[in-house]
Amino acid sequence: MAEFLFWPALLAYGEAAVAYAGNVRYPGLGRLATWGVRAGWIMQTALLVVQAYRADGFPWDTWAGSLNLFVWLVVGGYLVWGCKPRYRLLGLAVMPFAALVLAASYLGGGADADGSGQFSTAFLVLHVGLVLAAFAGLTLAAALGGLYLWEERALKLRRPGLLRLRAPSLLTLEALGWRTVAVALPLLTFGMVAGFVHRAALDPQIVVTLVAWALYAGFLIAHPRGRRAAHLQLAGFALVLTAPLGLLLTHLS
Amino acid sequence: MKLTLVGTSHKLAPVEVREQVALGADEASKLAHRLAGDDREAAVLSTCNRTELYIVGGEEADAIAELERVGGRPLAPYLYRLGDEAAALHLFRVAAGLDSMVPGEGEILGQVRAAYEAGACGPVLDRLFRGALHAGRKARAETAIGESPSSVSAAAAALAQQVFGELEGRRVLIVGAGKVGELAARNLISRGAEVAFVANRSSDRAAELARKLASEPLPLEDVAGELERADVVVSSTSAAGFVLTRAAVEDGIRGRKGAPLFLIDLAVPRDVEPSVGMLDGCFLYDIDDLEAVVAESLTGRHREAERAEGIVAAEARRFRDWQASLDVVPAIASLREHAEAIRTAELAKAEGRLGGLSESERRTVDSLTSQIVNKLLHGPIVRAKEAAALEGVGYAEALRHLFGLDEDARDGHPRRLPGQ
Repeated sequence: MAEFLFWPALLAYGEAAVAYAGNVRYPGLGRLATWGVRAGWIMQTALLVVQAYRADGFPWDTWAGSLNLFVWLVVGGYLVWGCKPRYRLLGLAVMPFAALVLAASYLGGGADADGSGQFSTAFLVLHVGLVLAAFAGLTLAAALGGLYLWEERALKLRRPGLLRLRAPSLLTLEALGWRTVAVALPLLTFGMVAGFVHRAALDPQIVVTLVAWALYAGFLIAHPRGRRAAHLQLAGFALVLTAPLGLLLTHLS
Repeated sequence: MKLTLVGTSHKLAPVEVREQVALGADEASKLAHRLAGDDREAAVLSTCNRTELYIVGGEEADAIAELERVGGRPLAPYLYRLGDEAAALHLFRVAAGLDSMVPGEGEILGQVRAAYEAGACGPVLDRLFRGALHAGRKARAETAIGESPSSVSAAAAALAQQVFGELEGRRVLIVGAGKVGELAARNLISRGAEVAFVANRSSDRAAELARKLASEPLPLEDVAGELERADVVVSSTSAAGFVLTRAAVEDGIRGRKGAPLFLIDLAVPRDVEPSVGMLDGCFLYDIDDLEAVVAESLTGRHREAERAEGIVAAEARRFRDWQASLDVVPAIASLREHAEAIRTAELAKAEGRLGGLSESERRTVDSLTSQIVNKLLHGPIVRAKEAAALEGVGYAEALRHLFGLDEDARDGHPRRLPGQ
């Protein structure tokens, strides 16, 4: 059953990624991409429901399982406004990433339906859920930052075809990036607090997450503009990426 | 009801001819009402690129005569004449901007609406023009045909929007009080921006343009000082050297805290030192850059036009189907009347045998016979409507022939019933 749901989800995300790439040249493909995102997300939702139904506890406790849930959160966040025609270029950044991470999750066994959860306390479930949701938001913020840098460069280089791509304006990307971080950071904060309540200890992964938290908190307070803001969003994302890597190393050791 | 289009446009007629047949709003409305009357309909679409007469139920020759009377000369070599579906497709293409000099230009949609509102429209033209407006809106919504700019000033404004999003409340600084700058300023104003200052070497001309644009004049030397508060700078002076140097701009933007500044240099020789474009937060476009954007956007419009053609053709087919169904509607109405007459006559004949029925039982019999008639007719009626769209009026005529509908209608007598 889980296999039956996983492959359509991966295929739909892959189709969306390809269609978003094609949309740059043939704008009619944008709709196909949007439907790919929607269909894939529905399939993945069903996959998660099946996993949750069959598991005794929280079924996304492995690194691969976490990736599965993480992809679902990223695509869900993207669906909130990303499917508007103006944001289709953002899909070009988000959907290939989502498809790759989902494939990695499958290879690690994160899409299996027979995994049983190790997390027993509500605090831990809350911790993992909130941290993953925050990471998903920060991933989207990084995608917005990346799109900002690309568009800013295209404007600087005075590329004549820029208007044809119907990208969001620079200030829109900047504001949306800041707001996404403003939503994600409280989630990260609560998620970290829940983790500390369960086990007050410091490991490399927690240290990296704390550094990322401090960076994003500084970002929200200083409210930088333009390229600087985009660079900070990408730097924060680099830290966010290293946190799951720490989790992976912890599981392997 | 035949739809006929007679007209001329920039594709067939030079401007000397078009200007002779061009009509103002009042004249166009009067002509439409003159051509209409009784069961005839007419609408006149007259713009700087075309004058077209759409008539329903009237004679093509009358429309041509009216146009030649307006032009005061024979127009045969410059006219096109289209009927029914071809006429509809033409108007739909016009409304979508596909027949315009610049594909997708937006003004034409308003002009089609004006022609519709001023015309003497009956059911056919009403449906035709509403369909055209719908097709025009749909083509623009589903393709990017109308989005990209078609002039240098529109390109400048569109690029400013690419930086700032909505231009509502954005402050524009105009440097140079010439026509080029004014045109760019008006384009920005039309998108919500406000002109804060007009700077010029001649203070009189600065004051004059500032008055026109509801802004304030500014001495040319104070321009750099205003860069901190401006969002867009449009420069188009005839100065020989740079009016805005890198050093001046660097100084001016120091207090902007990273907020972007968009500079449009429309002057030749250029007013803004090119290296200003390398400053963080500054975006500089000169006239060549903007012309490249326009050229690219026109190429893009032609590409989008291919997609819009598909949308418009589908809408024109819908109109054709509707128009074809008009031909079969009287036959269907006659058929229904014919069937109802048979039903009521048969019920009347059976009156003696039904005498013993209660009122409720009578209603049941009445309802039952109605249902039988409706069910029998439903299939043929649906198929007749579908076939009318594909094969024209042939099916309607077959229907009349098979049921003998015309024989009853011709002599004005009640329909002949079987056995009578």
